[in-house]
Amino acid sequence: MAERSFKAEVEQLRIGAGEEFRGEGILAVTKALLQSGVAYVGGYQGSPISHLIDVFSDANDLLAELDVHFEQSASEAAAAAMLAASVNYPLRGAVAWKSVVGTNVASDALSNVASGGVTGGVLVIVGEDYGEGSSIMQERGHAFAMKSQMWLLDPRPNLPSIVNMVEKGFQLSEASHTPVMLELRVRACHLHGRFQAKDNVRPRFTVRDAADNPVRDTERIVLPPANFLHEREKIEQRWPAAIKFVAENKLNERFGPDGGDIGIIVQGGLFNTLNRALELKDLSDSFGNTKLPVYVLNVTYPLIPDEVRDFCAGKRAVLIVEEGQPEFIEHELNTILRRADLNTRIVGKEVLPRAGEYTAQAVGDGVTKFLAQWGGMPAAATAPNDLAALAREVPQRPAGFCTGCPERPLFTAMKLVQRELGQHHVSADIGCHLFSILPPFNIGNTTMGYGLGTAGASAFKRSDGKRAIAVMGDGGFWHNGLTSGIGNAVFNRDDNLTIVVDNGYSAATGGQDLLSSAADNKNRSTKHAIETAARGIGVSWVRSVDDTYDVKRMQDVLREALTTKEKGPKLVIAQSECMLNKQRRTRPLFAKAVKDGKRMVRERFGVDPATCTGDHACIRLSGCPSLTIKPNPDPLKTDPVAHVDNSCVGCGLCGEISHADVLCPSFYKAEIVFNPTWRDRAAAWLRSHLIALFAHG
Amino acid sequence: MAETRKRITIAVLALGGQGGGVLSDWLIAVAEQNGWYAQATSVQGVAQRTGSTVYYLELFPEGELRKGEPVLALMPAPGDVDVVIASELMEAGRAILRGFVTPDRTTLIASTHRIYAIAEKSAVSGGAGDGSKVMEAAAKNAKAVVMFDMDAASERNGAAISAVMLGALAASGTLPFPRDAFETAIRDSRIAVDANLAGFAAGFEGRDADKAPAAPIDVVQEGVRRLTEYQDADYAALYLERLKAFADPQVRTEMARALALWMSYEDVMRVSQLKIRRARMDEVREEVKALPGQIVHVSEYMHPRWEEVCDTLPAGLGAWLLGNRSLKRLFAPFFAKGRRVRTTNVGWFLMLSMLARRRRKRRKTLRYRTENTRIEVWLAAVAGEADPAAAIELARAQNLIKGYGDTHARGLAKFETVMEAYRRVRGTPDAASTLRRLREAALKDEDGAALERALPSQ
Repeated sequence: MAERSFKAEVEQLRIGAGEEFRGEGILAVTKALLQSGVAYVGGYQGSPISHLIDVFSDANDLLAELDVHFEQSASEAAAAAMLAASVNYPLRGAVAWKSVVGTNVASDALSNVASGGVTGGVLVIVGEDYGEGSSIMQERGHAFAMKSQMWLLDPRPNLPSIVNMVEKGFQLSEASHTPVMLELRVRACHLHGRFQAKDNVRPRFTVRDAADNPVRDTERIVLPPANFLHEREKIEQRWPAAIKFVAENKLNERFGPDGGDIGIIVQGGLFNTLNRALELKDLSDSFGNTKLPVYVLNVTYPLIPDEVRDFCAGKRAVLIVEEGQPEFIEHELNTILRRADLNTRIVGKEVLPRAGEYTAQAVGDGVTKFLAQWGGMPAAATAPNDLAALAREVPQRPAGFCTGCPERPLFTAMKLVQRELGQHHVSADIGCHLFSILPPFNIGNTTMGYGLGTAGASAFKRSDGKRAIAVMGDGGFWHNGLTSGIGNAVFNRDDNLTIVVDNGYSAATGGQDLLSSAADNKNRSTKHAIETAARGIGVSWVRSVDDTYDVKRMQDVLREALTTKEKGPKLVIAQSECMLNKQRRTRPLFAKAVKDGKRMVRERFGVDPATCTGDHACIRLSGCPSLTIKPNPDPLKTDPVAHVDNSCVGCGLCGEISHADVLCPSFYKAEIVFNPTWRDRAAAWLRSHLIALFAHG
Repeated sequence: MAETRKRITIAVLALGGQGGGVLSDWLIAVAEQNGWYAQATSVQGVAQRTGSTVYYLELFPEGELRKGEPVLALMPAPGDVDVVIASELMEAGRAILRGFVTPDRTTLIASTHRIYAIAEKSAVSGGAGDGSKVMEAAAKNAKAVVMFDMDAASERNGAAISAVMLGALAASGTLPFPRDAFETAIRDSRIAVDANLAGFAAGFEGRDADKAPAAPIDVVQEGVRRLTEYQDADYAALYLERLKAFADPQVRTEMARALALWMSYEDVMRVSQLKIRRARMDEVREEVKALPGQIVHVSEYMHPRWEEVCDTLPAGLGAWLLGNRSLKRLFAPFFAKGRRVRTTNVGWFLMLSMLARRRRKRRKTLRYRTENTRIEVWLAAVAGEADPAAAIELARAQNLIKGYGDTHARGLAKFETVMEAYRRVRGTPDAASTLRRLREAALKDEDGAALERALPSQ
């Protein structure tokens, strides 16, 4: 079960024509898919599109009623390969993932489906994790669209536009036999808004109809000579068809007056930011009535040469607001104008930042520069606001492990073992465990991609020296780590250690189930042990530690793995349930049990300020959000003391650390008894009286 | 920009897990129930895991919609934010740094409590940012400021801090909605309604609870009190006697503090004594928020090693045992494991009580002899220093010695290094500044690397 339940949102997926949908952008997309008669949906979770996967997982009954097939794919590659269903059959299919990383993983299948072309409409929904809050490399998915020739939609960020683009995207795909990518930025995915719903449409042709009546056409398969034919088809048929469809259906939009000698071209997704920048300069209003001509590219690939020419003709200069680099659109605009022999100057990255998110500030500054150079509007001087003194005091807040996270003790143990055995090369992976590279653990040298932790250590093959350590999550393990990491290590006779963090969920992406989840899931097959898979692929040295909070045991196992004489890859599986999900699961049960009068014990930790030394060694081995500092209550001492706040979930790591590293005797565990039995009461009465006799001070 | 605009823009800065999303949902509900179009967004994702997140809302009156679909922005533009709500003091600072708070427009509503960032709390000594700089910048950059400890208000009422922030926002009058519109949103969300309504009310009141200002303490008096409790009246007298060597009032105050701390070094007897103090159980109960009358068991995490055991024995015996390798091999394993001591258990309590009573024999122990020698060497050094500034720095160097086990050993080594360096600069005009620099370097990291780098070349 995912971190969030979407049962309420699922109900909204049922609404019909005339009703209003209110909710998040990515959920509006799910509704739009059903309105478009989609026959199958797949994808791999990850910010910012996780909620699409989650809501479809929760919508199983509705999808069954509509004969829509949904699957939680094993990886983006698996999801993209599923699009093969639309090659021969008039099936509308959609897949979704986090981009650019997911697009990278999917690229093999994407190239194939783009080469052969499609019969049914195909929509690839990519959540572009770019800019503020992003956790991945800053690249553009745009390049993928261009190199494989898939059309790229970048709608204006409001729910009606996004929903409309989903429906138009399928039509475009079918009209041009080409897969279409729908790009949504993070803020658009999480955008709360509303749109007028339509009825859901049951697919005219279902996956069962297709499977029962198979057809084949070897010309759609990527193998000579068809592959050469495909390239020609792309240029001669699919591209012109797409341009015709986009122009006829007016997918791109014009705002503001027609004439004028300057104008602005903008990616659809950035229109609202641009409009606000113009509004703050009195060049627009709240309804997008711009005083300058603006051409909005809701389709950013391909460009429509006639539209570009018409817009630029008669203008001295046109600003192109295009986020990210390389500036593909700017290049293409210049080419179009050259070929049309138009002298309009295209102004882009010379006034806008070459790198980084196009924030309100960045776009505003760029427009100001453009208008100063080409619009005769000198920039107003702004008084500098000196905030240097404040900047020194405001700390960075890197992401970190949640309170009570079971991965924290693993890295505590690694830190302690490395103190004994020296520093090792650590190859990290993608997932929550990557927070180990940040303070206070500072563990990890590289990360090469999801499930690639072990492969990232494969150059280190010395059997006579220090072993390299790879870390991988259960998510990464099943995504591809089993083969590209573990299988590769067995085959190539690696001697390294791989630690797989088995917390029962795809935790970083929102707690979705996966193959090895401990939970029962009525729609999926779970409980397939990682250890069994690893042994099956040929690893013989495997240790499963089923309580990661046992730091001592974890240290012993890691030490053994790093020093054993046994050859071959070593695998340690660190198993404790993701605390975020565990709390969501158990907290309501605890509260209910207490309410029902059952005897329950809540555990949490505390620090005795009288013995705390104010050295904070415990914090450097933990970093738990609930373990913090507070002013020293001792009037003679100045250093802040450690302090456990009430968000503590009693995971026990604090105590383990103070034992493992012989810290000060300040940690205590408190067991708070709810609904005590008569035995509890009697014992407590006796204890308090006996103890009172001997208490000091 | 023309003031004819009808929208209201709100930025919420919160940390992952503080309920910024819930606050945003409440605001959407309030707006939509009261004839306003609401758009909201955020950049969740990795920042939800304890990082800082901005939620951004734009509200637009439904009545204006006949003019067309509003084009609402997805992120705050500097100079265009009506309300900034920050769930923590430094997040308010961050909002100011990002330009969201401007004097012509912005009402800043922020909690004054601190949630320390990892860099602040993992520092060896004090490393926290100076919150007063945020207060100064807020007063200078905002049109109106509402700041109080919303965390305390949320704790008092068992409410989410987002409910308190909603209350403070409702009271600020920046939104055109009556109080009960906000309360209805809380009710309709059906999340811990009673507690959150109480939290909302506290936020609406918007005051810090009255706290009696702490009375200034006399350091010497406190030293005497502590050492009498620690040992006996004679020990306190020794403390006063030792302090006589320091005439300069500032040096004397600093030494009174440092000496009292050093003389009350924490050995097994002291720790036992502190754990069974009468007032302690009440402190623990308050700390863990136990309800009146609720049964609470307490287990301490202790780790007395062979070294600490020897330290507690009479000096001769202790030193002999500690020096005897074969005995150490024999006995140390019994003390290699940490112990969970259940102080609410009568047996363990009696054991600690017995250990605490052994303090009468403290003057004979090995540890006492060791510490006493170190104290006297240090006292002589401070007394022999003519420059009061340098003497104060010498006194403060005591703060390097902290903790138990390895932490204590590392701290002591740093202290010795600093004292060694001091001997080389003694009498020179920059003795005080060298000492200060070295002490600060020693507190920069755990392993003493910064101190090594800071040492003057020989």
